[in-house]
Amino acid sequence: MGIMKVLVGLIILWPLAGFLFNGLGRNYWSKKVIAYKATGYIVASFIASIFAFIHVQEHGATSIHYFDFINTATIKIPFDFKVDALSSLFLLVITGVGSLIHLYSTAYMKEESSSHYARYFAYLNLFIFSMLLLVLGDNYVIMFIGWEGVGLCSYLLIGYWFTNGDFNYAAKKAFIMNRIGDLGFLLAIFWIIFKLGSVSYSEVLTAESLAKLSSADITGITLLLFVGAMGKSAQIPLFTWLPDAMAGPTPVSALIHAATMVTAGIYMITRSNILFSHSEITQTVIAIIGISTALLAATIAIKQNDIKKVLAYSTVSQLGYMFLGLGVGAYSGAVFHVITHAFFKALLFLGAGSVIHAMHHEQDIRKMGGLKSKLPITHITFLIGCIAIAGVPPFSGFFSKDEILAAAFAKSPVYWVLGVIGAAMTAFYMFRLYATTFLGKFRGTDNQEAHLHESPMAMTLPLILLAVASAIAGAIGVPEILGGHHWLSNQLSAIVGEPTEIGLSHTTEWVLMAVSVSIAVIALLLAVNIYKKKTDEAPTSIIGQFFYNKWHIDELYNSAIVNPLNRFAGFLKNIIEKQVIDGAVNGTGKLVQYSARQLRLIQNGQVGYYILFMVLGIVLLFLLWFNDTLLLRFFHNLIK
Amino acid sequence: MPIQYYIYLCLALFSIGVTGVLTRRNAIVVFMCIELMLNAVNLLLVAFSKMFHGYALVQNAASTTGIDAQIFVFFIMVVAAAEVSVGLAIIVMMYRNTHSVDINFLNRLKN
Repeated sequence: MGIMKVLVGLIILWPLAGFLFNGLGRNYWSKKVIAYKATGYIVASFIASIFAFIHVQEHGATSIHYFDFINTATIKIPFDFKVDALSSLFLLVITGVGSLIHLYSTAYMKEESSSHYARYFAYLNLFIFSMLLLVLGDNYVIMFIGWEGVGLCSYLLIGYWFTNGDFNYAAKKAFIMNRIGDLGFLLAIFWIIFKLGSVSYSEVLTAESLAKLSSADITGITLLLFVGAMGKSAQIPLFTWLPDAMAGPTPVSALIHAATMVTAGIYMITRSNILFSHSEITQTVIAIIGISTALLAATIAIKQNDIKKVLAYSTVSQLGYMFLGLGVGAYSGAVFHVITHAFFKALLFLGAGSVIHAMHHEQDIRKMGGLKSKLPITHITFLIGCIAIAGVPPFSGFFSKDEILAAAFAKSPVYWVLGVIGAAMTAFYMFRLYATTFLGKFRGTDNQEAHLHESPMAMTLPLILLAVASAIAGAIGVPEILGGHHWLSNQLSAIVGEPTEIGLSHTTEWVLMAVSVSIAVIALLLAVNIYKKKTDEAPTSIIGQFFYNKWHIDELYNSAIVNPLNRFAGFLKNIIEKQVIDGAVNGTGKLVQYSARQLRLIQNGQVGYYILFMVLGIVLLFLLWFNDTLLLRFFHNLIK
Repeated sequence: MPIQYYIYLCLALFSIGVTGVLTRRNAIVVFMCIELMLNAVNLLLVAFSKMFHGYALVQNAASTTGIDAQIFVFFIMVVAAAEVSVGLAIIVMMYRNTHSVDINFLNRLKN
């Protein structure tokens, strides 16, 4: 217990120390010091996480009390951390993938000046810190602090190149979209406090507290929690910030899309799975939104020509799968997909970063091609990532996706069919990306071709490590029919309950698996064949253009929400503020000035006038005094 | 005689005085009107005093209640005479300076 208190404290304080060190000393340290420190702190955190993980394996879950965050007569919110199978797994993923991304960044961001370099790493460390806080917190309030911190850091990092107006816009968009979701989360927390008087997991997520909640309460709370998850994890309708989030440096995209941020929603729902399992409505909503997001993002990804955009939409699509898994009750499947996705999506983004680095900040895949021989390590690792995300056995994506699809089939075959269609599209767009980028002939300028080079060691090493992880991570969740015993779901059984028997015969499972894999492989080969030679020009068909323009969702939001709000704000600013409020204030002043100018004329020095007004005044006073009508009595009272 | 008659007379005299002060430009006339108002009030004071004294006599034949007001009036008349002498002196000085007794010349209060 005592050792864990220190250990877990260190896991979370090291990134904070890195943030303070780099943030405060950004003008003093050389780049080398900054890079070593920033990466070193996260690696140290990773090593501590390994010990924490081992401790959980040996001694089970622990809850560590530090101090009381809020302590009043009616509510007590302790600052506690919970280290159990779920959070220790997330710790490993966050710090593990996080440290690889830090290592990669040290080379990728080399061209920045040293104070900006330090700023970048300070944000990155703060990001890891917030995410660790989110995952470790033992109640919803601590989780919410981390949740907000993650949102803030994503804003800072997406707008890292703050001199570019578009990037700032993307940063603001991410922040505001997240705020919408955060509001839902916050309301859910209030609801929980109102009904149960506590936010600790150990008190909220129990059978006794469930008994205190009506089914309407549970549905309301879970839907609001889901709204929060929707914002953070980029689901319809709050997903448009994620593709824009690639405005930040590429390693940041890797961090946001893989290890942190977007997994927060999945983590939160998995953590509160007891509530979610008790609301049929919420589960259905989550499953439908998940699968719709998966399909919508996949169709968009097929038509994009920006290497990072394709990956961004594929993230949205994969997150949709995770939510499908959550919606059909396959919590451990969703967490499994989070973990494998963290590996291969970090790999793909870092690989894309390596390509962009080699191409001197060219991101359009139509101007690439034939990079296979020039960037051998990037090519091999990127290929592994593509195979993994496409769901080809025995790479990791296959196992996790298959688990979700099998659970979806058990719930409703419709989910499964749609999921397989999405999986086929995933395979198609990933290999379209791969073939256009790495196969065929080089289509860039001669100058670019002459400067093509493999990235330095600090960038290729993370790629290699992540490629290995992407290839073998499936081993933690091999299903029974393939001879495994599903280590992961046994791990998580204490949190998400025993893996429910999904009631599929082994034959059915084999058939499902074979169908989904063969469809994915067909799509994959098709894509390679089509895009080996040619590239996509601007789409001509209506549907193609529709997908290319991202279903016009940004335009829809602009015209339905942003512009009316802007116009309303303009109305308030130009009409209400300038004319009504300013008019009233200035009008009062003008009235006083005008009447003063008029009244001044009375002071003309003629004694007769003064006497006249005096007499009139006296007469008026007498009238007031001796008349009892209502108005005059009022004046009377004034005078009295 | 009923007290109302005295009141109406005083009211008339006072109103004439007010009207004169407001409308006339000749300083001497204005001054006379002021005196008129003063004496209207004086007359009223005497009238009320007499009425009050008469009422007290009915209660008690030896009463002196209300007599004092009539003595007041004598004092007022003395003070008014002093005031008249000061006022007339001011008017004389005004005439010496402006060769006019028109009060509309006296508009220096303006600035």
